[in-house]
Amino acid sequence: MTETTIESKRGTENEVLANLPWDANAPLLEVDNLQVEFHTRDGVAKAINGVSFTLDAGETLGILGESGCGKSVTAQAIMGILDIPPAKITGGSIKLNGVDLLQLDEKTRRHVRANKIAIIFQDALSALNPVFTVGWQLAELYRKHSGASRAQAKAKAVDLLKLVRIPAAEQRVNAFPHQFSGGMRQRVMIAMALALEPDIIIADEPTTALDVTVQAQVMQLLADLQKSQNMGLILITHDMGVVADVVDKITVMYAGDAVERADVYQIYERPAHPYTKALLESIPRVDMKGQELAAIKGLPPPLTQLPPGCSFQPRCRFAKDRCTTEDPPLYDVPGNRKSACHYWEEVFNS
Amino acid sequence: MSTPSTQQTETEPSSASDVILSVRDVKKYFPLTQGIVFKKTIGQVKAVDGVSFDLHKGETLGIVGESGCGKTTLGRLLMGLERATAGSIKINGQETTALEGAGLRKMRRNIQVVLQDPYSSLDPRMTVGDIVGEPFDVHPEVVPKKGRRQAVRDLLDVVGLNPDHINRYPHQFSGGQRQRIGIARALALRPDIIVCDEPVSALDVSVQAQVVNLFERLQDEFALSYVFIAHDLSVVRHISDRVGVMYLGKMVEIGDEMQIYERPTHPYTQALLSAVPVPDPTLRGHRDQIVLEGDVPSPANPPSGCRFRTRCWKAQDICTTDEPLLQLRDTSDHPSACHFAKVRDVIHATD
Repeated sequence: MTETTIESKRGTENEVLANLPWDANAPLLEVDNLQVEFHTRDGVAKAINGVSFTLDAGETLGILGESGCGKSVTAQAIMGILDIPPAKITGGSIKLNGVDLLQLDEKTRRHVRANKIAIIFQDALSALNPVFTVGWQLAELYRKHSGASRAQAKAKAVDLLKLVRIPAAEQRVNAFPHQFSGGMRQRVMIAMALALEPDIIIADEPTTALDVTVQAQVMQLLADLQKSQNMGLILITHDMGVVADVVDKITVMYAGDAVERADVYQIYERPAHPYTKALLESIPRVDMKGQELAAIKGLPPPLTQLPPGCSFQPRCRFAKDRCTTEDPPLYDVPGNRKSACHYWEEVFNS
Repeated sequence: MSTPSTQQTETEPSSASDVILSVRDVKKYFPLTQGIVFKKTIGQVKAVDGVSFDLHKGETLGIVGESGCGKTTLGRLLMGLERATAGSIKINGQETTALEGAGLRKMRRNIQVVLQDPYSSLDPRMTVGDIVGEPFDVHPEVVPKKGRRQAVRDLLDVVGLNPDHINRYPHQFSGGQRQRIGIARALALRPDIIVCDEPVSALDVSVQAQVVNLFERLQDEFALSYVFIAHDLSVVRHISDRVGVMYLGKMVEIGDEMQIYERPTHPYTQALLSAVPVPDPTLRGHRDQIVLEGDVPSPANPPSGCRFRTRCWKAQDICTTDEPLLQLRDTSDHPSACHFAKVRDVIHATD
């Protein structure tokens, strides 16, 4: 009897997903000119001003930027977990295999989440519910979406914990989040994201709260799983080191703009945007011991009062008069790259 | 294994007058208690368990290690914010662990702290002027009452803040600026030593570099000595003259910056250094990466012998029975607490 109910329930969720007009030839994920605003007491904060990128299966995209640059908002918009209001998506599209997610109703969107796209948050302790066992939380997610029985879901939870290399998974499945260490909690988050075998995983600062030795474990696990399951991975981080280690291509964000897009080798070798260049120069390096670090002067602008023209212009050493009036479009840079700087050639050749 | 020196102390013996802070075998155990009315001690968390080092005048000593290794507790011990269970801490030759009351206050004039979180370490209801000037209320002899306002303005100027913002509140400043306020407060009493506990880890990369530069400028300007506690190994390398690596309450390796980063001999140091992601994609796959298994054991119940042995790939029987001392070894030109200390280059590309 249980078998039939599973079938029917599973059927509905999968049917809804199957009936969407998927286009197998379209890129896995295509974000085009996405714009998000927040309505706050201080006025309208333009959290994202036209971010575009694509992601293919098996590819890792890094979104790099400092706090407040809009990288987490981008992730939340893709997942469909933005708080609306105060947030408002004012333009653009997010296409998953050709289907614009922004046009779907909330119920369909919910089916897409976890089945197609999953997210891993930074702070695993607050993302897990302290009063339920880890196994229960893993099983619940699986049960809700797949319609499996409790026993099946529990078995699945154990499998998932094994998949993320948690020792003694059979016993650990009955433990509470506080009984896990930080690294293990983050593994549980990864297990949760993997539960329904999504096509895309978004990892929002997955290792920021972890120690370096544990960070190395978790990043390796994430990279291995991505390879074995051929998923698309979006890695959101501020750490230039983590990005250099695992991603294929990078989008650099500054004050809500995607200022540079390139593959990872190109960007580290020869940045084409002054912000990327300045960021790379501000990292302490061995040969700079005893010298001053090349800090970027000033602060990022508040999103409610973006300067006219280029947002980075007040802190930019390449800035000229034109930058204060004219917002730079994304220029094409040789090597299939993009840079939002009027003077990218100057940056590129310096 | 023969050891050239049994002394559990320093790399190079230097003149005693040069040493501004001397820490010997300092321990801090926190009791674990059970019961509400009748508290019974059932165990101890050995947060810091026998750490020794010297800090020289004008020097920066970096302390690195993962969370729970005791680096913050060590900082608090130095400040006199925690009372050491055993051991000695001498500032300018004066023993500080037994001080109380006025003596303790007087000692603290010489050692100040910059804390990690610039959001919670500043009182939101005090103006910047009151925050930076508060040390003068505790130590009125430093600046006469009339000159205090001006002294605070000067301090704000020194740390790169606008002195006209003296009446503003902390929430009106960004994270980097708040950290500067914290630094101004630490400088107010013209201390000899500043303990910096993760001072830049809450800041964004672009702002972090500004604050690191400020620390270096102030060190030259005021002849400060820093104990720089951080987990970011590249920042520590940039700012430190010498570096100590801690694991589970113990100092496992100490040496100058080149020795620790270029010629690490303790397996933990090697694993730590190799785990740091390097911002250079061309090194991908060409680095000697050591990924440790498992987590740090509980400091309430540390492993016998060497504390790192549960995660160490070199561990043998002797590691379970004999605790390795932090000392010079045949195979190491700086003190290393490993029976099998051996130089391994982990930060450069291998082929």
